[in-house]
Amino acid sequence: MIEVAGLTKRYGRTVAVDDLTFTVEPGRVTGFLGPNGAGKSTTMRMMLGLDRPDAGRVLIDGRPYRTFTEPLRRVGALLEARSAHGGRRCRDHLSWLAQTNRIPASRVDEVLDQVGLAGVAGKRVSGFSLGMHQRLGLAAALLGDPPVLLFDEPVNGLDPEGIVWLRNLMKGLAAEGRTVFVSSHLMSEMALTAEHLVVIGRGRLLADTSVERFIAENTQSYLRIATPERDRLRAVLAAEGIRVTDTDDGALAAHGADPARIGELVAAHGVVVHEVARQSASLEEAFVRMTGEAVEYR
Amino acid sequence: MNLVLAEWTKARTVRSTWWSLFTTAVLSVGLGLLLGVQMANNYDEMTADQQATIAQISFYPPLLGQVALVVFGVLLASAEYTTGTIRASLAAVPRRGAFLAAKALVATGVAGVLSVVVAFGTFFATQASLGEHAVSLTDPGILRAVLGECAYLTMMCVFATGVAMILRSSALSLGILIPLLFLNSQGLASLPAIRSVTQYLPDQAGAAMMQLDTGRFFLGEVDFGPGTAFLIMLAWVAAALAGGYVSLRHRDA
Repeated sequence: MIEVAGLTKRYGRTVAVDDLTFTVEPGRVTGFLGPNGAGKSTTMRMMLGLDRPDAGRVLIDGRPYRTFTEPLRRVGALLEARSAHGGRRCRDHLSWLAQTNRIPASRVDEVLDQVGLAGVAGKRVSGFSLGMHQRLGLAAALLGDPPVLLFDEPVNGLDPEGIVWLRNLMKGLAAEGRTVFVSSHLMSEMALTAEHLVVIGRGRLLADTSVERFIAENTQSYLRIATPERDRLRAVLAAEGIRVTDTDDGALAAHGADPARIGELVAAHGVVVHEVARQSASLEEAFVRMTGEAVEYR
Repeated sequence: MNLVLAEWTKARTVRSTWWSLFTTAVLSVGLGLLLGVQMANNYDEMTADQQATIAQISFYPPLLGQVALVVFGVLLASAEYTTGTIRASLAAVPRRGAFLAAKALVATGVAGVLSVVVAFGTFFATQASLGEHAVSLTDPGILRAVLGECAYLTMMCVFATGVAMILRSSALSLGILIPLLFLNSQGLASLPAIRSVTQYLPDQAGAAMMQLDTGRFFLGEVDFGPGTAFLIMLAWVAAALAGGYVSLRHRDA
């Protein structure tokens, strides 16, 4: 479990992370969502004790990260992908990491196998693609078989096959009862991977909710009705207590109404209607709207 | 102990380590051989004073060779930052003091072994090429000076690691350290007005540690003996490491 309380980080006059409070529970994948520059990476760096918060704190299984003596056995993290010396061989990078936490050397080959890098274990990291760097970072995170895992934008640089593989890996880790906290700026990816969402914008918490509820609350569907008699139809629907708004293209939008009911009303009042179509705002649009508002509120 | 092993793994698995150590050794021993041959050929034209202090020449080459050793010391710390490894390092070892101590111990160990090879290797190479004018390790003060040279080279390397841990940049660290190694010895040391201060800089303290009993001191006069010089050098190393610790502890990685 990860507990974030009142976490704040300033860089000069810019507030990167602004009084964040949330909890990441074990046994499920928690998505950490926000546009670029929202403060996701800074938050994750503070979780690992790499950056010092100006206020607040992060506890991992009840303790600040800096107090762990063998943290790789408690928390595995993939931060920025390129965190390895280019001149060092892939296996050597994991070997020294294993030595710092007294992890058996045999684990190195196990995780290399798990992330699909066994074939390039003896290659120098400088020749790696971004996707291979991500896999090496994942191998490092898995090295200590930790109950808590943090992944910062892990799908960057992965091909579609790799993305599916990673999604299943993260779900599998959560199913084993681990805490999995993964950041992304892609709502669609999170909708497929995560069960729970923590959404931030401009460093502030915007939502802390299940993916299901987030979708239900943020993707309103409505009926788009094209009609030459807009004012009449508006009055008819309003009289029935149906909320009506104008769409950008000159049609009406009926919210929370069932198409059959609309059809009956139209027939009963003899209103000419050219089209009735169900429209739904995508999750991505909902996310952009939500985080866009955070920008405006600032 | 496992942290020292991990730091050693880090050091030995990058090529720059071996290149810098190899360069230090080859520059020092090679230059020692050449200087010895040169001095042996010109011995008869030298002044009596120069002839009396000929033992000193075997202490010059490592002063050039130390540049590569300083590069090794700097890279040990600065490469952490330039490559992003520091994030992995501090995530794996969040106790900054333990991390820095392990790094400093590896720097000390590697530089210590190399210094013995370089100091004795250069001494024997130089003396061998000096032929009949050679001095022996058993002559008064010689062994002490060679051991002082070992200690100086080792400490200079650890000092460089500490400085680079503060500055976090290879270029900046070398930009400060290399002039410090040469400007003082060749420039500042000859200005009497500031000599009372500059004599305490690392390269001057180091020169004093290698001082021979025979006649004039080869890098200028200092107000202290080899023992005090050792303590001054130790203070520089301690200050650099303390600065590195403060930087690690308080600055974001």
